[in-house]
Amino acid sequence: MGTIVEEIFSNKLGRKVTVGEIVLVDVDYMMSHDNTTPLAIKAFRDIGKPIKDNDKIVVHFDHAYPAPNIQAAEAQKKIVDFMKEQGINNFYHQGICHQVMIEEGFVVPGRIIIGGDSHSNTYGAFGCFAVGFGSTEIGCAWITGKTWFKIPETIHIKLKGKMQSGVYAKDIMLYICGKLGMDGATYKSVEFSGSYIDSLPMHERIIFPNMSTEIGAKCGLIAVDDTTIDFLENETKAKGPFEKVKAINPIYEKEIEVDVSLLEPQVACHPDVDNVKELKEVEGLAIDEVFLGTCTNGRYEDIEVFAKILKGRKVNRFTRVLVNPASRNVFEKAMKNGLIQILQDAGCTIGVVGCGACIGRHAGILAGKERAFTTMNRNFVGRMGSPDAEIYLGSPAAAAATAIEGKIADPRKYLEG
Amino acid sequence: MGKVWKFDNNLNTDQIIPARYNITIDEKELAKNVFCEIRPDYPKNVVPGDIIVAGDNFGCGSSREHAPIAIKGSGIKCIIARSYARIFYRNAINIGLPILECKDAYDGISEGDKVDVDLSTGLILNISTGKTFKAKPLPEFVLKIVEAGGIVNFLKNHEIEELAK
Repeated sequence: MGTIVEEIFSNKLGRKVTVGEIVLVDVDYMMSHDNTTPLAIKAFRDIGKPIKDNDKIVVHFDHAYPAPNIQAAEAQKKIVDFMKEQGINNFYHQGICHQVMIEEGFVVPGRIIIGGDSHSNTYGAFGCFAVGFGSTEIGCAWITGKTWFKIPETIHIKLKGKMQSGVYAKDIMLYICGKLGMDGATYKSVEFSGSYIDSLPMHERIIFPNMSTEIGAKCGLIAVDDTTIDFLENETKAKGPFEKVKAINPIYEKEIEVDVSLLEPQVACHPDVDNVKELKEVEGLAIDEVFLGTCTNGRYEDIEVFAKILKGRKVNRFTRVLVNPASRNVFEKAMKNGLIQILQDAGCTIGVVGCGACIGRHAGILAGKERAFTTMNRNFVGRMGSPDAEIYLGSPAAAAATAIEGKIADPRKYLEG
Repeated sequence: MGKVWKFDNNLNTDQIIPARYNITIDEKELAKNVFCEIRPDYPKNVVPGDIIVAGDNFGCGSSREHAPIAIKGSGIKCIIARSYARIFYRNAINIGLPILECKDAYDGISEGDKVDVDLSTGLILNISTGKTFKAKPLPEFVLKIVEAGGIVNFLKNHEIEELAK
């Protein structure tokens, strides 16, 4: 009985948990990446006790991989040496940690995963309780196998209606960010449900828990249904049977209903994720770089939407257009299905799989006074390079239209029908 | 007693320390660039014992622990904010950077004021104006971590189960 988060913890602990209660719980996996593992190792070494279970540790190289400079190279070498020393074998360097966690089958309904990355919330799309942690706690959990949580209150966001053509889950989530604000759900769990969510394939559902971080949430969760289970069985290495995690007679702190059929393409404008406007309000704003990728919108279907619009067209001469597939699997599928060729022909630069330009540590760094339109999840000042650059966020389709015109453009004019 | 550095709402981790400086985990090195873009005078002029006063949702954004570490490395005695982003809150506690949540202090303390804080009682005194404020007390298990000087020190001498007792 309870919200999804209460259900997951009650099942784990074998007793009913209540909101506000602090629990100590076994963690199924502890994830970290090249940026956050060094501090986890430091905490681990400082405590000086052994790892509890090596198989529960998962390490990804994705934030700045392959290393763009000597310092990153040294840091990554230290991580590799540590993994060899400790016998940690869950090591991946084949794309963005969150995408690879899903593909490799670590993300399963009912599990509890802590991640040294603020977008670990992403796994909530599969009814998996996942939260972002700092590195020190990851290193501590390597030793203890456990961590503490305060059972959060839940905000229920019910999404109904059918979205208009040219409008995507990203637009809807940006709208929600604008409405709730960057601290609209601080410390809370956010559940997404309703006929609109039910109708969505997984790559679109993922956007909501992924960006729940942007409204301050502890986690974002979606109930498990046949769509979830089909995806886990066919698109990931996860082994069933899968728990049909869902809320049972939940009591929510707050309920919000949104009719998605009323929404147009949205853009989060410089300098905050909650500075959200309808795309038409910023249409025509000159753009120096378009970036398609990230844990929010770097999946196969995102590249497909983007390529479909670019097919037979060229990107604007003065706009850099970068595409970083979320993972090696995504890249391979896009290549086999001819999407990479379309992007090449249109004049895009295909980057290595991983986080790419999103954190300003790899390729695609912005100069002062430059303006980027990206499919990322945040647009903080200085995130992609110069603090004098501006970042705008939107859907892959809007990014494609913008790439063609070199200024923020409405994708609907490029879509058939 | 410390001098106050005042920040607004929704201060994010990129503003605390941009990702390009997160190439080290040394707190003194990180401190050289803390707030470098929004307050370029901060790294040069901050003095050990100074205090940060901020609005809501302090430390939102990334999970990067470099943010509280950089602040700690700059010698800040304590942060007093109306509220914190959740990962920042946990991170600060875990690395032993004292943080207090207080709804009223923000409006009653100005940039440059001299402020005294008693971490054990949560009492805040604005020496410049004579006003006092009371911060929300830390939950008991959080206090155990803070008193140990952070989670690493706690786990050196205790089992994690003792937190819940």
